[in-house]
Amino acid sequence: MYPNDFRYTKEHEWIKIEGDEALVGITDFAQHQLGDIIFVELPAVGKELAARQSIGVVESVKSVSDVYAPVTGTVVAVNEALGQTADLLNKDPHGQGWIVRIKIKDKKDLDGLLSAGDYEKFLEGLEH
Amino acid sequence: MSYLSLSDKDKKEMLARTGVGATDDLFCCIPEAVRLKRALDLPAAQSELELVRTMEAIGRKNDYSRHLSFLGGGAYEHFIPTVVDYLSSRGEFVSPYTPYQPEVSQGTLQIIFEYQTLVCQLTGLDIANASLYDGSTGTAEAVLMAQRVTSRNKVVLARSLHPQYREVVRTYIKNLGVEAVEVGYGPDGRIDEDALGRALDDKTAAVVCQSPNFFGVVEDIQALSDAAHGVKALSVAIVAEAVSLGMLEAPGKRGADIVAGEGQSLGIPLSFGGPYLGFMACKKEFLRQMPGRVAGQTLDREGRRGFVLTLATREQHIRRERATSNICTNQALCALRATIFMETLGKQGLRELAWQNAQKAAYAADRLGAIPGVKMKFSGPVFNEFVVELPKPWPAVDAGLRAKGIIGGYGLEPAYPELKNAALVAITELKTKDQIDRLAQALQEVLS
Repeated sequence: MYPNDFRYTKEHEWIKIEGDEALVGITDFAQHQLGDIIFVELPAVGKELAARQSIGVVESVKSVSDVYAPVTGTVVAVNEALGQTADLLNKDPHGQGWIVRIKIKDKKDLDGLLSAGDYEKFLEGLEH
Repeated sequence: MSYLSLSDKDKKEMLARTGVGATDDLFCCIPEAVRLKRALDLPAAQSELELVRTMEAIGRKNDYSRHLSFLGGGAYEHFIPTVVDYLSSRGEFVSPYTPYQPEVSQGTLQIIFEYQTLVCQLTGLDIANASLYDGSTGTAEAVLMAQRVTSRNKVVLARSLHPQYREVVRTYIKNLGVEAVEVGYGPDGRIDEDALGRALDDKTAAVVCQSPNFFGVVEDIQALSDAAHGVKALSVAIVAEAVSLGMLEAPGKRGADIVAGEGQSLGIPLSFGGPYLGFMACKKEFLRQMPGRVAGQTLDREGRRGFVLTLATREQHIRRERATSNICTNQALCALRATIFMETLGKQGLRELAWQNAQKAAYAADRLGAIPGVKMKFSGPVFNEFVVELPKPWPAVDAGLRAKGIIGGYGLEPAYPELKNAALVAITELKTKDQIDRLAQALQEVLS
């Protein structure tokens, strides 16, 4: 379920490293908790993000959730498709539902993140 | 829910059911030392007849209706067709609460949707909210909205923007790190465009200008919008006299990004200052930054058209401190009155109403301007109010006119110290030629 080549945060973001850049999105668990997503507030390209700073917001009909940057970096691209089809986040949260592409400032930030196995264990812990 | 007072029998039953001996026992957690041991200092209860007489006696102290008044300045006396009172006082309209449950509130929601649609048509913009409290808070909300949209912390306010609207804006932005800069007006009564140009920079979130402005002068909204957009700021147009929109081009068609203002002129009585009706409309790209309730059109599961409160994720019960505003209500009854008013007059009726205002004001300006010593202070075009400059200080002239049963206008010096001996005179369709002539005659006598 959770790709092994991704890293995860306890706030349910995933990050897929591609060289000096990375794609960021929310996990399947998160999209399930949120329910039908109707809107995603995306940051501007070029925005500087600090780790754990809010990238933007995901809205379902009755709730709003922040999406946090897993690492420090600069936004180089945003997923414009989400503007038209916000429910890509529900349908394909780990693939077509990516939210931003960041240029990573310091790869050391990745050290604190969870592996797929650790994240799955973390989710099991939440169910209790 | 029934709103019925409790009988002694009801109280006894409640006490018995909860196991409480006497009502006073419910207050056992309040320390003895701070409990009030005497009756409240209120007059004795009155019978209905006594109460009516008491209230009538208090009411007789108000003598506004015994004067011929030419007051304007943000509140205007217009004819309200009987149908507005008649329909808006129906129980179905007066009693409902906020329409959170669409399945039992389609009537309320449909009216809000119609109201929003009319506001869009009047302002020439894409979307409107379900209404705000009044023109002053509407202006403040527009300022906050511009700050959010642009992420900039400076707003430029025209000095010809209503003084109380400016004061309310300052109250709202006081602790938010937003700076308000004022730009003065020229001899035409319009905003000083050179001064505006100097005030605009890349920190400006919005230019906020009223039209017709507080002096009654019609501003060039296109020029202001162009200037604002030139520094990527928003153009916010404020309308305090909504009837003017029956004649003047919609601000949204003149570059305004947000239009806010006062809807009192649309079927709401003066009521000594309130309740009034704030309206707001904006371009669709700013939808998610717009404050206030919004009614939306949708389909039920049988495919029938219906209405709901929508876009609640802008609001504080979901976004909390990051909401677009803390307002979680609207002026439903006033918005209903305005909707009935506008739908009764229709486009043609509103246009004719506006023309009558403009023509009578033009006649009044001619008559007053012809009085020796009286000058029209500003050269710019006006709608239904204008500023006269007199050869004597206004308080004395005002007193002289009141002695003749006339409230001739609103003295401007307190709000604009540089406008000595000046007063704002408003003329609506309610004024007859004779009444205007009477004002001119009285003013001439007082000045001689």
